[in-house]
Amino acid sequence: MSDQPAALPDEGSGRPAARPTPVIRPRPTVDETRATKAILIGTAVAFLALFVVLPLIAVFAEAFRRGVDHYLESFADPDTQAAIRLTLTVAAIAVPLNLVFGICAAWAIAKFEFPGKSLLTTLIDLPFSVSPVVSGLVFVLLFGAQGYFGKWLAAHDLQIVFAVPGIVLATVFVTFPFVARELIPLMQEQGTAEEEAALTLGASGLRTFLTVTLPNTKWALLYGVLLCNARAMGEFGAVSVVSGHVRGLTNTMPLHVEILYNEYNFVAAFAVASLLAGLALVTLLAKSVLEWRYGDALGRTRLY
Amino acid sequence: MLLRPIAVRSTPARPAVHCAAAPAAARLAALLVLGVGLICGLPAAARAQAVTLVNVSYDPTRELYRAVNDAFAKEWQAKTGQKVTIRTSHGGSGRQARSVIDGLDADVVTLALAGDIDAIARESKRLPADWQTRLPNNSSPYTSTIVLLVRKGNPKGIKDWDDLAKPGVQVITPNPKTSGGARWNYLAAWAFELDRSGGDAGKAKALVAAIFRNVPVLDTGARGSTTTFVQRGLGDVLVAWENEAFLAKQEFGADRFDIVYPSLSIVAEPPVALVDQVVDKRGTRAVAQAYLAFLYGPAAQRLIASHFYRPFRPEHAAPEDLARFGKTRLVTIDGVFGGWAKAQAEHFADGAVFDQIYQAGAQGR
Repeated sequence: MSDQPAALPDEGSGRPAARPTPVIRPRPTVDETRATKAILIGTAVAFLALFVVLPLIAVFAEAFRRGVDHYLESFADPDTQAAIRLTLTVAAIAVPLNLVFGICAAWAIAKFEFPGKSLLTTLIDLPFSVSPVVSGLVFVLLFGAQGYFGKWLAAHDLQIVFAVPGIVLATVFVTFPFVARELIPLMQEQGTAEEEAALTLGASGLRTFLTVTLPNTKWALLYGVLLCNARAMGEFGAVSVVSGHVRGLTNTMPLHVEILYNEYNFVAAFAVASLLAGLALVTLLAKSVLEWRYGDALGRTRLY
Repeated sequence: MLLRPIAVRSTPARPAVHCAAAPAAARLAALLVLGVGLICGLPAAARAQAVTLVNVSYDPTRELYRAVNDAFAKEWQAKTGQKVTIRTSHGGSGRQARSVIDGLDADVVTLALAGDIDAIARESKRLPADWQTRLPNNSSPYTSTIVLLVRKGNPKGIKDWDDLAKPGVQVITPNPKTSGGARWNYLAAWAFELDRSGGDAGKAKALVAAIFRNVPVLDTGARGSTTTFVQRGLGDVLVAWENEAFLAKQEFGADRFDIVYPSLSIVAEPPVALVDQVVDKRGTRAVAQAYLAFLYGPAAQRLIASHFYRPFRPEHAAPEDLARFGKTRLVTIDGVFGGWAKAQAEHFADGAVFDQIYQAGAQGR
């Protein structure tokens, strides 16, 4: 990504000078005609504009349609504030949990050989491949009043689904591959040589982890946490199933957007949506900065 | 082994390092705890004196209950000094019932039809089977009916139920499997053809099947369908609750839509009930009971009419609100279908008539 902008001006300024040397054709395999190039680039840009940029502009345009006052007024609604608070709470619980889990899983998978390792690797990817509705329904099936643990939970007066714990569970489930998926390829690439050296010098396992493994992977870790956080705040499907949609109690921001929209309160709906979109943009920006600054440390074997 | 003495030697220095690091870590931890505490603690502190009721309702009642809840909270505080907050949840009636069965703690349910509250009683035993006899008018403080909302000037000339079955007419209705309103829609069309054909169930089934062949999108709740028709501009006619049709006209301008009353429609009774298991667990029985009683009182009855629902006691409503309702022949579910339990089993259970016609329609496409 970072070398392309650098390369473009070169090409532009070099074009007039390139005329006297048409004999040299260094790479004949990429000599598409200008028209082909234009069509390819044009298609990509048009596609991006239509499916990404336009909707994004629409969100902000709708949010500010009746002016900044109306926009800000949307956030004065106590239900909206409760939704924002709940989303932050859920992310504040889910992201650290997945951070710990992701580090443990990546550490185990990248540095050790053990039976069932490939099974664990596959299972970590499960939340990516399963539909979010299913992710929500399994928790209703387990912890709902008619579920496997429903009777026991009711007897102990514990509420999981249709309450904050259920929303946290669903979010953790949906977001748990993010950190591990970032770390595993990098850790595998780095190998175990440095850790072995540290251990040979007498450092304890924990110390090796804290002073060798963690610093080596910190940017990938940060990257994973960013993605994890973005998804945790934005998750709709799984959370919708376990939420119960009680406003002021179990409504997260994405659910609240839908509710406001359904209540013909379009300005407020898009105002909350613009917060979510803003979050996505900040995440993307942070991600780009990380990639640009620490691209090498992030590992080249990332899977997606 | 060699490193051990070094480690020991470094211990005197450690406290200093610790002291420098510990406050930072402790401060961070304290901040985190404070943050989470603030987030979770605020509502908890407010809960100490106040009481919260959860009303799980169906889709189009959002605006009505916002008004009713405010009025009730004022009255309750004036009467008892206690602050009451009513939280609501809205969605397709069947889906909402499912959530209550699965453990959503609703103090009261105010759903689109008795069949859904019956399901809660049957599946979860959270309220007694005879719940509907506990309040007047089959536990329905308001009723409504099913009407047709068409685009201004009625370009497709839709007058009655059989017009919906004509080729080239796009009909918007939610899914009867998840939406209470959609089940009333279905039954109203069925009752019309049954009446016109002198009781021929085969003809009724054929008409309803033909109507559903004209449905391009099945939303899960009534409000979803309204948005599809009004906001996204899909379809020629929306089969809707009377209250929902009036509200759409009010929100989006009377110059865009017309309401058509079919020659025959059904009295839709959306009932309300206390969920005994929940109010006893949470200690909210008194306030929940007062809330439901309030719905039958003059203040709420007036609000009900102003939100386009037909009040159980019209004498409390403003006459101009009542004058807005159109006149049409109305039948009841008990009269035509023998009650909800029977209608549910015959028409909406798995593999029953709706499944048959919808699957046949899907194959025909």
